[in-house]
Amino acid sequence: MNDDAIVVEGLEKSYGSVHALCGVDFAARSGSVLGLLGPNGAGKTTAVRILATLLQPDGGSARIAGLDVVRDAAALRAKIGLAGQYAAVDENLTGFENLEMVGQLYHLSRHDAKKRAQKLLERFDLTDAAKRPAKTYSGGMRRRLDLAAALVFSPPVLFLDEPTTGLDPRSRLAMWETIEDQTEAGTTVLLTTQYLDEADRLADHIVVIDHGSVIAEGTSDELKDEIGGERVEVQLSQPSDGERAVAALAEMCQADERPTLHDHTVSVPVHRRSGVIADAVRRLDAVDVYVEDISLRRPTLDDVFMALTGHAAEEEEAEEPRREEVAA
Amino acid sequence: MSTLAMHASDTLVLARRNLLRIPRQPDLLIAYTIQPVMFVLLFVYVFGGAIQTPGFDYVDFLMPGIIVQSIAFGGFVTALGLAEDVKKGLIDRFRSLPMSRAAVLTGRTFSDILLNCLSLVVLFAVGFAAGFNFIDATAGDIVLGIILVLFLGYAFSWIFALVGLFSSSPETANAIGFTLIFPLTFASSVFVPASSMPDGLRQFAEANPFTTWSDAVRSLWLGTPPHTDVWMAFVWCFALTAVFAPLAVARYRKVASH
Repeated sequence: MNDDAIVVEGLEKSYGSVHALCGVDFAARSGSVLGLLGPNGAGKTTAVRILATLLQPDGGSARIAGLDVVRDAAALRAKIGLAGQYAAVDENLTGFENLEMVGQLYHLSRHDAKKRAQKLLERFDLTDAAKRPAKTYSGGMRRRLDLAAALVFSPPVLFLDEPTTGLDPRSRLAMWETIEDQTEAGTTVLLTTQYLDEADRLADHIVVIDHGSVIAEGTSDELKDEIGGERVEVQLSQPSDGERAVAALAEMCQADERPTLHDHTVSVPVHRRSGVIADAVRRLDAVDVYVEDISLRRPTLDDVFMALTGHAAEEEEAEEPRREEVAA
Repeated sequence: MSTLAMHASDTLVLARRNLLRIPRQPDLLIAYTIQPVMFVLLFVYVFGGAIQTPGFDYVDFLMPGIIVQSIAFGGFVTALGLAEDVKKGLIDRFRSLPMSRAAVLTGRTFSDILLNCLSLVVLFAVGFAAGFNFIDATAGDIVLGIILVLFLGYAFSWIFALVGLFSSSPETANAIGFTLIFPLTFASSVFVPASSMPDGLRQFAEANPFTTWSDAVRSLWLGTPPHTDVWMAFVWCFALTAVFAPLAVARYRKVASH
């Protein structure tokens, strides 16, 4: 057909009256990283569970590496790896024993499973901890072991479900580097995340979902362009100057745009870079408005999310239904 | 690899995993060793003097019953382990691997047999130390009794597998096990002769399979009562396995793929 490693068409899944996925479409080229972005409860985990053959969809279809996730589920399992917040390691086994077990369950010989485990422990910097039960590992080490377990059989397609949720900043950065190494080796990755900087850094293509539907997609740059280009942000010394500042800066905008005021900050959409800061300062100086700080910035994915959904990416806390059957 | 060979291999890998875990969970090790010992000592020395068992020393009467009870509960670790695997997401890991679907359960029940053997050794040791003796039992009788007890443990592993898969957490599994199944062992001839119980309870105890099992092991190891209990005891084990193993496997498929 083509060289898309992941093709999802019209995927639907409901838990009782809760529609977790309402006809989702997306695709990922072989060797690329697809970021599935959305708040908690958006349907990301449901999508990953369907693609990893853990869950049957109610409607639509999905093909991974050319295999149908329902009809060819058994064959597909040899081609995927699953890691992230829910796929887990056995805390009472050592790092080595965990990887050895997974290798044997992929039906590697005992000898090959041991060799592979050793190699992965080295690669993920866990050799020193290899003989300790995983329950003694830090959060970052556990995630690395979890990712290593997903890579035991060198799967061409890797699912990472919120791989850095709950990690401290340093472990997070290390995890990102590990994932980047893996994608450089040619693995196709589907990454779900609620962190926009994570999608921004790792994903070639981003699909934003909310309430079970795709609400936007594109590269990080395309999504940012979609909600407007650069902005000059001016932080005012006196909040009471807000209205005057907006009036003074309005002429910098195109006809259909206006500066916005939020707390102490005026945000001005602009369509060129050079000279805009000096221009803004001159205009504010002319009306005696004092400036605390001024900068030119590109929109972040946070802005994209805010513009698309009307709420910030991390504010929703509703857990999506998982293992408990909701009135099946 | 053929399906059967794959299933056998996966079962062994997971059984090994379950056994590796035991020494690292001291609470489980206690369940297998110290707990049965406490029960024996408690009943022989605290209650034993007050319980009449005509024709036997109480310790002789007690040991077959307490072995039946302890081994039946050996499978409890399966309920805890499965509930934990579901909760922690390990079941997801297993289900995303190209492995046999039922191996997670057969691996559990298989490792339970080995752990029950360990319990049995401890129970016999403490029993002999407390004065237990086989009476008029041939080597064949003794072995048949041991096989019956292990088969019983295997049947209960499947019951507990189902309990574990229905529980949202190990704590729930614990509550179900100890409020529903544990009292059953007391309303039977496990600890005292059913004939000593008041009407109503006595009939219940006589119909209780724990009575059938305890009396069957007694008839093998103590030569009495010489009823038809032994084959009935095997029938019970077989029937429980035949009912609960398919239920547990069906539940396992559902737990993870609703």
